[in-house]
Amino acid sequence: MSCHSCSYLNKKEINQKTSKRLKIALAGNANVGKSVIFNHLTGLHQHIGNWPGKTVERAEGTLHFKGYTIDVVDLPGIYSLSTYSLEELVSRKYIAVERPDIVINVVDASVLERNLFFTLQLMELETPIIIALNQMDIAKNKGIQVDVNKLEERLGIPVVPTIAVKGVGITRLLEKAIETIEKGPREKPAEVGYGEEIEEKINLLTKALKEVQVVYPRRYVAIKLLEGDEEIEREIERIAPQIVSTAKKLADEIKSIHGHSCSTVITSERYEAAGCIARAAQKLVPPIRPTMGERLHNFTTHKITGYLTLVSSLLLVFYSIFTFGDYTSGLLSTLFNGLEPLFTSAFGTGITGSIVWGGIMEGFIAGVTIVLPYIIPFYIILYFLENSGYLSRIAFLMDNIMHKMGLHGKAFIPIMLGFGCNVPACLGCRIMETQRERLLAAFVTTLVPCAATTIIILGLVGKFLGIQWALALYIFNLLVIFVLGRLAFKVVPGESTALIMEMHDYKWPHLKTILKQTWFRVAEFIKIAFPLIIAGSFALKLAEVAGLLEPVAATLSPITVTWLGLPAITGITLIFGVLRKELSLVMLAALLGTTNFAQVLTPVQMVVFTLVAMFYIPCIATIAALVKEFGWKKALSITMFEIVFAISLGGVALRLLTLVA
Amino acid sequence: MPRKSIEDYLKTVYELSQNGATVSTTDMSKALKVAPASVTEMLKKLADKGYIEYSPYHGTTLTETGRRIAEKIARKHRLLERFLHDVLKIDSQKVHKEACEMEHSLSDDAEESLCRLLKHPEQCPDDGKEIPPCDLMISSCEECIRLHNQGLEEVGKHNQNLVAMTHLKEGQCGKISFIRGGHNVLQRLLDMGLTPGTKICVERVAPLGGPVELSVRNSKLVLGKGVASKVFVEVERTS
Repeated sequence: MSCHSCSYLNKKEINQKTSKRLKIALAGNANVGKSVIFNHLTGLHQHIGNWPGKTVERAEGTLHFKGYTIDVVDLPGIYSLSTYSLEELVSRKYIAVERPDIVINVVDASVLERNLFFTLQLMELETPIIIALNQMDIAKNKGIQVDVNKLEERLGIPVVPTIAVKGVGITRLLEKAIETIEKGPREKPAEVGYGEEIEEKINLLTKALKEVQVVYPRRYVAIKLLEGDEEIEREIERIAPQIVSTAKKLADEIKSIHGHSCSTVITSERYEAAGCIARAAQKLVPPIRPTMGERLHNFTTHKITGYLTLVSSLLLVFYSIFTFGDYTSGLLSTLFNGLEPLFTSAFGTGITGSIVWGGIMEGFIAGVTIVLPYIIPFYIILYFLENSGYLSRIAFLMDNIMHKMGLHGKAFIPIMLGFGCNVPACLGCRIMETQRERLLAAFVTTLVPCAATTIIILGLVGKFLGIQWALALYIFNLLVIFVLGRLAFKVVPGESTALIMEMHDYKWPHLKTILKQTWFRVAEFIKIAFPLIIAGSFALKLAEVAGLLEPVAATLSPITVTWLGLPAITGITLIFGVLRKELSLVMLAALLGTTNFAQVLTPVQMVVFTLVAMFYIPCIATIAALVKEFGWKKALSITMFEIVFAISLGGVALRLLTLVA
Repeated sequence: MPRKSIEDYLKTVYELSQNGATVSTTDMSKALKVAPASVTEMLKKLADKGYIEYSPYHGTTLTETGRRIAEKIARKHRLLERFLHDVLKIDSQKVHKEACEMEHSLSDDAEESLCRLLKHPEQCPDDGKEIPPCDLMISSCEECIRLHNQGLEEVGKHNQNLVAMTHLKEGQCGKISFIRGGHNVLQRLLDMGLTPGTKICVERVAPLGGPVELSVRNSKLVLGKGVASKVFVEVERTS
């Protein structure tokens, strides 16, 4: 530890001499306008990646201001600096180890008490802070007037009022930040004065820690030890185990005085301190009539109108994404297909030409016609719903139903989107809090019949066996989702997290931020998915040209013919279906030489084929999305599971159906 | 009305309605060995006091308050049976009658000690009936021990007249008394401002046992039903 902080110090000194480079971190609760401020500060000079070795997102950007080059890091939105989530750990580590020149704490003026609770914890990290008192307009509408001077005085740190969505106060914020850094360390800001009996123990521990080298400030370590913070305990245990046991003893003493665990007492007192500052700095004038946002909130969470709004807005979202997607997708396809003659004239109609066009270009076209028309509008709408606050209302209304699958309300969004396309659905699983829930939700979404699967169900079973059979398959699919979802919930280890979320007021989202968020997501997706789609398409084309398809079909025949009772040719079409699921039906028609499937397939074969096609594999773009979100290992496990599951299911269905028929 | 007979009546309703069904006056009369007319009269009095819900032709069910008293007394009765049988080696034929007399004078403290001494028994010696759990807010003793072994923690103090947050109606307020849950969830709830002694008001309950929306510290939170049912509050009297 000591080495680390040393080397860092040297680096900083050098930095200051050679260039005027500064590091600023943005920290604050979720949904307080942090990313809007981040976007104002950095514009398009952003980079979104992950924290090293963690699945927590890290957004960075650079700006130039008053001769400084400033690196801005947007820390994840969190409520505390404990060990509840990876986000919290990452944030406090970053502040303690990388020591940004200043932390801009974005505070929601309309929920002052809760936000100050976090501020007080930041202050305990003894890092230079200034506060961006954001959403002043929302606070005003709610009848909350915050006295900026008083807040500054109470906290002992600079406060700059802002309305980020309108860009108000951003320049002032930056100026103040630079000013504060230039002035250098000033008198100590206020700190939470805990009760006497706790302060005494904090002092005792701080003294004991004097000889111990840690990255965190000593008082902070002392407090965290009393709170029983696992990470800090582990770290100190390594260096000075006796201090940990002393802390445990002291914590027990506090417990016996208060009757609550020590961490409860400390958290309570911290909240009391936050409440006290909030009450001193704000004046509440109850609004005469409920605000627009409040009325909208009541309407959209009502037991009747809430669900009506939910259903109609979802239908609208669906309808608009798919009308737009369908239209644009068609347009783009025509456009690209118009290029084919150009290609043929350049590469000829020989093997090279067919490989280049059929392999690389077809793959590229498939990618473009999926990504642009469907994924872009999806992200725009998702971010709109999230930033406006409607997503929280959906989670509230759907929690109960999703719970039956071991997931909570928020998971409803990706699952619903899965009916359109599994790819954005898998990416949308990010809205879940823990890695476990993201994985569970993603697994479930890959089982949802997407638009392409629906084409197979309707085009084969619906058309030749009747719509009631198609419907039955659909219902069966939902049943499978439910059962497998529950099973996965039981099998995947880890604590299931319940829904604990803040219900933010409705607000009009900042459109530029939404567009930027969308742009970074889409760019990310293109980077991951396109190579896979193109490579997949290329490999298939190569196999086709090399005449490998027939032997492959023959190799697969024990599965396709013997176990599933299907024509051998389906082995090939199912492989093509990996690229895009509806291709398995299109190819079937092409290879069988007819679109009248009734001539070539028995009703039982149709049902079995459709069942297998429904579940047998996530398409390659979905696999790419899974890889991106969860890594190769988990993506492949899900894929393998679904292949095995679909084949077993198909075989069982064949035997059962033959028995019945 | 003597406490003993109230407790006996409530216990009888409790025992006869173990599967949640209503109890008929005839069954009551048989079990208590009292004439039906006297039973009817007594049931009316208990209904007036709010311990039971009674309608002449449908029978009797316990109210929440009644159920609690009955559970408590049934628990004492059964713990005593175990004690008399296991420790004092009294014949299992006789323990029931003995326990019937003693149950009314056993203090809560003594009951707790008895539970510990007997290492949290679950069933009675004579009829194998389940002993109601040591804490009314946990559904069985087994769960209590299991959760304890799992490192279940509690934050806050137990108190009389506590209800789970899920029992509050929309618009009702209360003060958080204690919270039960795994370490992580507890920390999260505390971090979100749900510390013992904090006032909360239930704003809205999603239909079909969905989550609860509450206001706390000038902000709004949503808790899933599972979590909310483990937050116990002292109900604020609405005046």
